[in-house]
Amino acid sequence: MPEHAPSSLLKKALERRELTLMLLLVVLLVPITIRSPQFLSAENINRILNDMAILSIVAIGMFYVILSNGIDLSVGSIIAFTGMACGMINESHPSVSPLVLLLVGMLIGLLMGLLNGVLVAYGKIPPIITTLGTVNIYRGLTFVLSKGTWVTAHEMTPSYIGFPRTTFLGISYLLWIAFVVIAVFYYFSRFTRTGREVYAIGGNPTAAKFVGVNENRVRVVVFLISGTLCGLAGALWTARYASAVNEMATGFEMQAVAACVLGGVNFSGGAGGIIGVVLGTLFLGVVTNALPVVYLSVFWQTLVQGLIILIALALNTLSDQRKSAKLLAQRRG
Amino acid sequence: MKKALLFVLIASLVVTGLFAQGAKEQAVKSEKEIVILVKSMGNAFFDAVFKGSQEAAAELGGIKTTYMGPPQATAEGQIEIIETLIAQRVAGIAISANDADALIPVTKKAMAAGIKVISFDSGINVGGRIVDLLPSNAELIGRQQIQLAAELTGSKGDVAVLSASAQATNQNLWINWMKEEIKDAKYANMKLVEVVYGDDAPDKSYREAVSLMQKYPNLKAIICPTTVGLLATAQAVKDAGKAGIVEVTGLGLPSEMKGYILDGTCRQMALWNPIDLGYTSTYILNGLIDGTVKGTAGESIPAGRMDSMKVEKDGIIYMGYPYVFNKDNVEQFTF
Repeated sequence: MPEHAPSSLLKKALERRELTLMLLLVVLLVPITIRSPQFLSAENINRILNDMAILSIVAIGMFYVILSNGIDLSVGSIIAFTGMACGMINESHPSVSPLVLLLVGMLIGLLMGLLNGVLVAYGKIPPIITTLGTVNIYRGLTFVLSKGTWVTAHEMTPSYIGFPRTTFLGISYLLWIAFVVIAVFYYFSRFTRTGREVYAIGGNPTAAKFVGVNENRVRVVVFLISGTLCGLAGALWTARYASAVNEMATGFEMQAVAACVLGGVNFSGGAGGIIGVVLGTLFLGVVTNALPVVYLSVFWQTLVQGLIILIALALNTLSDQRKSAKLLAQRRG
Repeated sequence: MKKALLFVLIASLVVTGLFAQGAKEQAVKSEKEIVILVKSMGNAFFDAVFKGSQEAAAELGGIKTTYMGPPQATAEGQIEIIETLIAQRVAGIAISANDADALIPVTKKAMAAGIKVISFDSGINVGGRIVDLLPSNAELIGRQQIQLAAELTGSKGDVAVLSASAQATNQNLWINWMKEEIKDAKYANMKLVEVVYGDDAPDKSYREAVSLMQKYPNLKAIICPTTVGLLATAQAVKDAGKAGIVEVTGLGLPSEMKGYILDGTCRQMALWNPIDLGYTSTYILNGLIDGTVKGTAGESIPAGRMDSMKVEKDGIIYMGYPYVFNKDNVEQFTF
């Protein structure tokens, strides 16, 4: 079990995939900066962080589901439904403040996550099947809700559109929210009973049950977290892109999964950390934002993006294997 | 005896009723009845098409236009409606088809029953309609996009295109004509630097627009021949504080772009005007029903304020340049 006590956090973190990923990030930044020097400007870094804020929120939700040995394919659809709902509320009730909209988004997301969780935990339907169903149900509900129409910038209030752009101490509200989410869930993962139980269920469900972990409860909780964070992301998404479109966030689940896996989260559950997920998101952010500015043909970008992710993953896994081989040798010796 | 009498009485009542019904239908038929059959109900674009049709009907007189469409955009729903219209013996149908081929058998049946069938906006293939009215053609659309950008920038500086997906057929055709138009000597100081793709996703389009501004310091305009891309680009340019420095233009729905047009981020853009489409369709149907035109290639069909429509090969009619929207007219349009 690659788990560790909170006290040796820094040392352990640096030993693990997080370090490899950080090194890769630096390696990646060198050629990008040579080709496009303004890439490392403060303004651009701020832009990339803002661009990745929503993904980091969703990826953290996805992290808990993967950690419990599940997957949530419905995240994009939850974002779309909550984003559309918030956009429509903002259009019909302009007096409702953006903060209330965020809460409404989270509440709707929570309910959608609850359905996912109950189906998985009590319906005993595997997460991939459950969310393969709900991804379409929630997307369909978005169309039903909007009757196929959009909400666009001029139908929304300036305070809602301006919300993620407003800055406090030079940092946008959008980023602040992402920071708070990261901090809250960092604490949740490391220092709360439920947070630790997610690791236990994902790592060894049988053992976890023997020590009294309520498996069903944990499975519901992870989907609740994912749903609620997607709801928050949806409310922010509509404001940030100043439009609520039915097709929004299609395929976003893949980006969230990629951020987790890049960040060293074990795909079969039980291992990984919030810092890794944040670094994975950042890595994706640098790749997706750098490729369009390095004068690379658009037709090559998708391919190169895939290659970089694959290489990063391969290097990550390799360093992991070497470490466990070392560990094994030590034990034998 | 009493029973027999009652039977005769009832029978005669029923028969008289039927005749009366027939007579009433006859009366309605003296007014030419046409139907604007759209992809689905509840779409502001088609509401505007019908408005145009009503305008033309009022000008022409003696013609009654009705607006119909299935609740969902399916070919099956349209086929069902056409079957009913054949039974009702309407004079003409103008269809924006959900499927270019699937409607052909039923529209053939309608034409065999003497109903004049044309398609508009989203056409039916040859054989399934008399003429197909297209809002514009790729050449006019593409060339106009460069003209719009040139007007905004004074024909100077770098221009980029932010399109839908890399394999969007329409957009690619239009972009090829943009590249053709910009070769003209009058655009000597204007350079089309890159075509990027936002995949009609707001987030990707936004990101691509920001990248374009970063990559080309001399960028003066971004052309987005797709409404999602246009919305996202306008927001990205606005967020970067570059409204008026980087001009935004393209093809977009006025209802969605209204905010950016009024605040000056996108000073002008184009789109086919659905009011004109409905108006022209109605004139064409009227001519076909009266028999003054046949819809054969080379023919000119009078179309009121839209002048005349020339029928090209395969019964295709191109209405003209897309309509240009700006802050002075955008608020009149609800689609």
